[in-house]
Amino acid sequence: MSYLDFLRLAIPETIVVVAALAVLGVDLVVLRGVETRLRLLIGTMISCVGCLGGVAWLLAFPQTGNFMHGMLVANPLTRIVMIALLLLTIATLLLSLETRFTPHIGEFFALVLLGTVGMLFLVSTEDILMIFVSLELTSLSLYILTAFDKSSVKSSEAALKYFLFGGMAAAFTLFGLSLLYGIAHSTNLGQIAQAIAQKATHASAGAGASHLTLDPVLILAIVLTVAGFGFKLATVPFHLWAPDAYQGAPIPSAALIASGSKLAGFFILAKVMFLGFAGAEGTVAWRAFLPGWVPLLAVIAAASMVLGNLAALVQGSVRRLIAYSAIAHSGYMLIALLSHQVEAMAPLLYYVMTYGLTTLGAFGVVGVVQERAGGDRLADFAGLGRSAPLLSFCMLIFMLSLAGIPPLAGFFGKFYLFSFALSAPGSGLGLLWLVSLAIGMSAVSLYYYLQVLKQIYVVPTAASGTSVKTPVSTQTVLVLLALAVLVLGCVPGLVLIPILSALRL
Amino acid sequence: MLAWTIYTSFLGAAVLTLLPAKNIRAARSVALITALVGLALAISGTLAAKSAGLHTITRLKWIPALGIEYHLAADGISLVLVVLTSIAAIAGILFSWNVEHRTKEFFALYLLLIGAVYGVFLSFDLFLLFVFYELAIIPKYFLIAIWGSTRKEYGAMKLALYSFVGSAMVLIGLVAAYALAGAKTMDLSALARFPFPQSFQMWAFPLVFVGFAILAGLWPFHTWAPTGHVAAPTAASMLLAGVVMKLGAYGCLRVAMTLFPHGMEPWGFNILGFGSWRDVFSLLAVIGIVYGAMVALVQKDFKFVIGYSSVSHMGFVLLGLMTLNATGLSGAVLQMFSHGIIAGLLFAVVGRMVYDRTHTRQLDDLEQMSLNRALPFAAITFTVASVAAMGMPGFSGFVAELQVVAGAWHAFPTFAVLSGVGILVGVAYALRALQKAFYSEPAATTTGAGVSPAPFSTTTHSFTAEKVRTDPKGVGTPHAFPKLEPISVPERIGAVLLIGASLVIGLYPRVLLDLIIPSLNTPLFHWLGKGAGS
Repeated sequence: MSYLDFLRLAIPETIVVVAALAVLGVDLVVLRGVETRLRLLIGTMISCVGCLGGVAWLLAFPQTGNFMHGMLVANPLTRIVMIALLLLTIATLLLSLETRFTPHIGEFFALVLLGTVGMLFLVSTEDILMIFVSLELTSLSLYILTAFDKSSVKSSEAALKYFLFGGMAAAFTLFGLSLLYGIAHSTNLGQIAQAIAQKATHASAGAGASHLTLDPVLILAIVLTVAGFGFKLATVPFHLWAPDAYQGAPIPSAALIASGSKLAGFFILAKVMFLGFAGAEGTVAWRAFLPGWVPLLAVIAAASMVLGNLAALVQGSVRRLIAYSAIAHSGYMLIALLSHQVEAMAPLLYYVMTYGLTTLGAFGVVGVVQERAGGDRLADFAGLGRSAPLLSFCMLIFMLSLAGIPPLAGFFGKFYLFSFALSAPGSGLGLLWLVSLAIGMSAVSLYYYLQVLKQIYVVPTAASGTSVKTPVSTQTVLVLLALAVLVLGCVPGLVLIPILSALRL
Repeated sequence: MLAWTIYTSFLGAAVLTLLPAKNIRAARSVALITALVGLALAISGTLAAKSAGLHTITRLKWIPALGIEYHLAADGISLVLVVLTSIAAIAGILFSWNVEHRTKEFFALYLLLIGAVYGVFLSFDLFLLFVFYELAIIPKYFLIAIWGSTRKEYGAMKLALYSFVGSAMVLIGLVAAYALAGAKTMDLSALARFPFPQSFQMWAFPLVFVGFAILAGLWPFHTWAPTGHVAAPTAASMLLAGVVMKLGAYGCLRVAMTLFPHGMEPWGFNILGFGSWRDVFSLLAVIGIVYGAMVALVQKDFKFVIGYSSVSHMGFVLLGLMTLNATGLSGAVLQMFSHGIIAGLLFAVVGRMVYDRTHTRQLDDLEQMSLNRALPFAAITFTVASVAAMGMPGFSGFVAELQVVAGAWHAFPTFAVLSGVGILVGVAYALRALQKAFYSEPAATTTGAGVSPAPFSTTTHSFTAEKVRTDPKGVGTPHAFPKLEPISVPERIGAVLLIGASLVIGLYPRVLLDLIIPSLNTPLFHWLGKGAGS
């Protein structure tokens, strides 16, 4: 395969990079001294055009290919995920159209786009080195984006926490991946899996037992890699940065962390686990525990669901509440991975995509309220149902979808994910204990989502509160997001059928 | 045609949200018209479906990848409950004619709830059923939290969480059953035919049954019911007691018992005389009957009396279900209908006719008002309703409870006798409430124009003296609260509608039994009668 093919595979990423450079250049050269609103508008336009160009290219010229043993992979599944990522980024960009937290507009959009490029590369590779590099590209952009509100102490604090934890997690990931390289003498996930399987058969032949005995180095590699990814996905016990980052970061940055980066992170975690650690799964079926990466993820999932949901119960800040709910949702999503089958991508992707839409919308509403009331406390939402009915209705849909109330996307996501975890071939209800915990915990979650809705609809308006009109662009994006959550919940086939047909190929 | 009961309700809710907020009259009219159309559709659908048994209304592929269908169908039991819902919906709207705070939102949520309830009763795909079942939770929460009274936010949250915990239990059971049957279909009939292993049914049955029974007010999971009912605005408590509790009982019958009939078989060992889940649940039902009645007997708040009476009456439904014979089961369905009508009426009297006028529900305060003179229509309505509730022949409650007790006599005689005690206590609390709220002679209150009686009643001497002195003047004129507004026309229509429905069923129960009994012979109920003698 020649480098020309490589370039062809990487065209969507290239388009976005070009857009990032363009937005920087235009802002630097043309727009100095122009008023902020116009700069924001033009910056958003260029960025959106770049992302739309990427989407259009992916739709118009579907590529399939594998460059240099998985260095860059394009197939229908990665295409779907890339389109979803780009769409989420567009929504994020549109939500930042009305922000005034920074004068550095060109840099802001460039960083958003670069972060997106990192995610795009992350989903289209099967090579651990490439995974690490794209992970870092994404993370570094997000660290800076978190710190972007220079006037806010919280933003700096959040960024510092995010960066320190993130740097440590990156070190863990790199260490884990280097151990994998030591085991397999290859950076390709498929070859790593082969090497692991060979070792396992040698070991089990020696032991004579049917169950898998794991190499200590492999165990270390698994734990370190999972720790690194666990940090990206804000799962317990690697979640400590999340509440602060979600609360302190500027709204668009927080939205990107919560939606796009999560989608990319889960997709690559699933890929690494399914492809790279095939043969070292173990199991968590009731009374049949076997060591491997599945039990590790199961423990993390259970801890995330419990801690996320219980901690969210007592939050006074809506952004922290969304952060803890994100931790809980990460826990639910991890359940999809436990069946260690490629088909699990379907429920996982449906869940993460719709979750991304929902949480993006929720952040959008919080942004408007914060502008209006000056804070994101629960009390700041009081009476919103009267003063901004449409905005409140959008929030109603987002919160209920997060809680898993039908007919919204969140409900079908949960149903599909849980029923898949139970019905995966050979599982025989083995995961029932975890699924029961998840369903029970989602019953707990209704309480705190209703706390938000209670403020909006039940509690009368606080006397003060200058009425800020919801910007038209924000309102449009939010309505579209709410509509998407509703429609995808009623007609899940819209997303499901492409994913399933991509999986069958 | 029946499917349009769901669609018109949602459509009505949508139209309401588009109306201008100021136009209260239009909001009321839209709601009432929607409910009337619902009744017309329900009744004509029932007449058209006269050939009993299960018949499909709509069946479309919904999510083919998961084998989920949009499958609406009805058998006699669904039809009975659909008709009940349509009647309760109209009555609720008539009794909330005076809602003037955020009227259009009130009726929009109300119709949303009604539509979801119709949906549950008509769904024969379990996924769809669950969707409608959960959809009903959110309107309930807002109806209570916004328009309610006493401790409304607490009551609303308690109700929402109890419902959601119950549906979480149901969801666990459903997802497990779906997965075990190969994740190919959620169709009720198909899953009911699937031979789930006995060991699975043994835990799935109680899980799903209790999950639904929480909403049906099964003791000891009933505690949401009294607080929720009391906190709710009149129309919402009418719906809560009238149809929402029926959702729970319907789910027990339609899902838990139909999917996992072997879960009701004996465990094979005895603990304290209990040999199966059936024994456990029928005991809980009987405890509910007696306990609810006993607690209703000592309540100080008028609405709590009715709230606990609902727990007691719903106990009969659950007991009837657990008899596993045709008599008991048809009695249970009749009781669902009957309680839906009568409880609606009782809550209407307490919430709308009395509380909205007197602004108190304390029986001790009401005792001072001699409401039978101030509000004679309310007094008569409540008399009729409580007579119907205590099981007077001629009203629906009598035929229903008689059938349940007769069915229970075959299955477990001891419980049948105990539930008879419940009926007796029921007479006592109904009479007590009736006497205290309406027919008590005001003790020395008629002095002057409603001055506090406290100084006079401290000594018996002055107490009797006052009474003697004022009695001749007091006859026929309500002194204490002269400004009670008269009972309005919508209230009268609503009361007559509900009393009429109860009377028709009481005098001619075959109207409903002809629907219920043939559907008990369909393959869905193949397990029926197995446990009758055991």
